[in-house]
Amino acid sequence: MSKLTSGPLSELTNESYHWERYTFKQKMGRYLAFFVVAGLLLWTFNTIDVFWPWVWSAPEEIQDMVSRMMPPNPYAVPEILPVLVETINIATIGTLFAVIISLPIAYFGARNVSPNKITLGIARLIIVATRSINTLIWALLFVAILGPGPMAGVVAIGFRSIGFMGKLIGESIEEMDWGPVEALQSSGSSRGHIISYAIVPQVMPTFWAVTILRWDINIRESTVLGMVGAGGIGMLFQVAIDLFRWNDVSMVLVSIVTVVLFGEVVTGLVRRKLI
Amino acid sequence: MSGTSSTVSADQHYVWKRPHFIESFWVRIGIMILSAVYLVYAFSTLEIDFQRVARGIPRAMQIFSGAIPPDFAARGSLIVSGFIESIQITFLATFVGVLLSIPFGFMAARNVTILPVYGLGRAIVIVARSLHPVVLGVLFVKAVGFGAVAGVLTLLIYTIGFVGKLIAEAVEEIKYGQIEAIRSTGAGYFTILIYAVFPQIMPRLIGLTMYQLDINLRASAVIGLVGAGGIGSTLNSAFGRYDYGTASAILIVMIGLILVAETVSGKLRRFTR
Repeated sequence: MSKLTSGPLSELTNESYHWERYTFKQKMGRYLAFFVVAGLLLWTFNTIDVFWPWVWSAPEEIQDMVSRMMPPNPYAVPEILPVLVETINIATIGTLFAVIISLPIAYFGARNVSPNKITLGIARLIIVATRSINTLIWALLFVAILGPGPMAGVVAIGFRSIGFMGKLIGESIEEMDWGPVEALQSSGSSRGHIISYAIVPQVMPTFWAVTILRWDINIRESTVLGMVGAGGIGMLFQVAIDLFRWNDVSMVLVSIVTVVLFGEVVTGLVRRKLI
Repeated sequence: MSGTSSTVSADQHYVWKRPHFIESFWVRIGIMILSAVYLVYAFSTLEIDFQRVARGIPRAMQIFSGAIPPDFAARGSLIVSGFIESIQITFLATFVGVLLSIPFGFMAARNVTILPVYGLGRAIVIVARSLHPVVLGVLFVKAVGFGAVAGVLTLLIYTIGFVGKLIAEAVEEIKYGQIEAIRSTGAGYFTILIYAVFPQIMPRLIGLTMYQLDINLRASAVIGLVGAGGIGSTLNSAFGRYDYGTASAILIVMIGLILVAETVSGKLRRFTR
């Protein structure tokens, strides 16, 4: 017994010792986080501009709407299919458009290969601005410029994707192995050769991954473009809602879910093949 | 292999070519032709009306000349209150949404539920994730009226779709040691979930919540365009009044706010990890 009490186990027999999961500092940090969240919630509830009776009646209203939607109207399918295809086309061409433009942007926006500070700054600005403005807001703008139709949707999808792809591809350029570039430089290669033989092969896997990811996202995004007149299934959705054709609305919803799942399956297959 | 190397040394004119992306010649040509056909077809459906584009260019000039310089002052108080409402919607929807996505996430994890519950949970998460927030926004505006309530409900569903899926993935990757330990004390199903499963996913859940705050703030800016409250509504009415100065001011503040939120969310995530 005396051996035991002299070892580390003596702490267990010592009455005054308590095991605690967190140190004092950690505990205070957790209390602080708790009170910040609680305070923000309280502030939100007290100041948010909400008509509370609407909140309490919301479950009934939603139930009522869902009951009107049932069952989905299968006769709307012939009308839906062509715009569904158009939705996929908008996503695909928009992604293609973004791929073409985002590659130089990524090159100029990567700190280690950009020719100078000015090109770096301009590319970064383009990336931030196009990435932070949502597709729907771009669509609003391009419908005003190009007129309603799928073309505005393609350009909107493309613009939003430029920043996204430019940022991710640019980051992969910044992280690449510098060895091949030096090897080519020492052989006296031109900038074009360095790009196509040292940079492109290293960035290729990221490029495909980002393109596939963005196509998947763009299919989701292009389902709503029509609500501002930029083509695709969103238009049909808006019309069905405005005319209170609830059974058509639910059919459109079903087809949106289907097309998004289709996109997910396709990207899964391509990803497994390529990467 | 040896045959190739001997031809290289024998043939003075050998030029190295980089390997093709797709090895088989016919598959390569086939994919090229199919892509070309698809592209021609897809472009033909775009209905580019050049006359309309030509008329659009002066209109674009008008928009941009109205938008520069951005006008922060004229509708300053509207812009501020719009952004505050967006932040409130974001905050409420993220908080309640994450709480709700915990049960749905557990339902959609194959290793802790029975098959029928798994199927239901999975279906809910998939549908919630497939519907774009704007689609949900239109529906909720129709159901409960314009304003922040519709916005919160929309982002709630959006959060369940995203966080629920990732919680399910986290639950599916848990270690079983803790479960066995708790089970050996005679604990029931829910006790096991609370003491063995939940602590394992907690760090990821906190990180996800920070990320979702960032995502919801972005989304709250657009659902306003269809009437679900927040800065999007302000932006929409600015566009509707042809008040492009205010619209560009809103866009600039929006970009700034999103960048700040992204940085803060990233910092918090690194801190909680």
